[in-house]
Amino acid sequence: MANTIKSLRSPLGRARGLGSAKEGAHHWWAQRLTAIALIPLTIWFAYSLASLAGGSYADFTAWLSAPINATLMILVVSVAFHHAQLGMQVVFEDYVSSHALRTGTIIAVKFACAAFAALSIVSILVVAFGR
Amino acid sequence: MSSSAKSAIRPLSPHLQVYRLPLTAILSITHRITGIGLSAGLLLLAWWLAAAAYGPDAYAAYAKVAGSWLGYLVWFGFSLALYFHLCNGIRHLFWDMGKGFEIAQAQRSDKLVIIAAIVLTVLTWLAAM
Repeated sequence: MANTIKSLRSPLGRARGLGSAKEGAHHWWAQRLTAIALIPLTIWFAYSLASLAGGSYADFTAWLSAPINATLMILVVSVAFHHAQLGMQVVFEDYVSSHALRTGTIIAVKFACAAFAALSIVSILVVAFGR
Repeated sequence: MSSSAKSAIRPLSPHLQVYRLPLTAILSITHRITGIGLSAGLLLLAWWLAAAAYGPDAYAAYAKVAGSWLGYLVWFGFSLALYFHLCNGIRHLFWDMGKGFEIAQAQRSDKLVIIAAIVLTVLTWLAAM
């Protein structure tokens, strides 16, 4: 049994083909780095939401057009959407057993996060620069 | 349950239907659930920003929903989920550094995370009122 040749490829050739791309920890690291960035951003975001509560259209656009607020808001949405798609990828990898459904869902989530992040950033810039 | 002494001392598998999850495990799955919820909440944030960019009419349509009782319920859930995910996420970063892994430490930080999330949520809403 153990001696049955299943492939003409040598064990060394197979190992070379599977070789480390030296980025095994990339996803993990990106998730942690975005998490660290989101600590101060979340505190600023929550403080801003609390102070903006119940405000009018004019209040919100005036606030968002201040360069510091527009800058921090762009950071919030870009880092948060990136962190969200990294996190959801892990959840789908863990719980969806069908390979096709899992891969399809992860691709859909990544595309959706990129699209909504772009919409958010463009919207912030439109408000900041005026229409 | 078998009467055999051998099976009685066998460790039980933490199967969801027969195993009462410890608080640490409940917080672990809550971290994922709040993460999914916050991702959905980000779509509402995108709607808010897009509404501001499209002008007063679009903003009024957003504000009508956000200012309704359902809107406030969603905002409240979003803020609680955000603070929970923030506090528990900070705990995860300490775990990543190899700190706080002892059972007693984890049980203490369980309570710390829950209390901090609730206190921050209440403070935020008091500030918003």
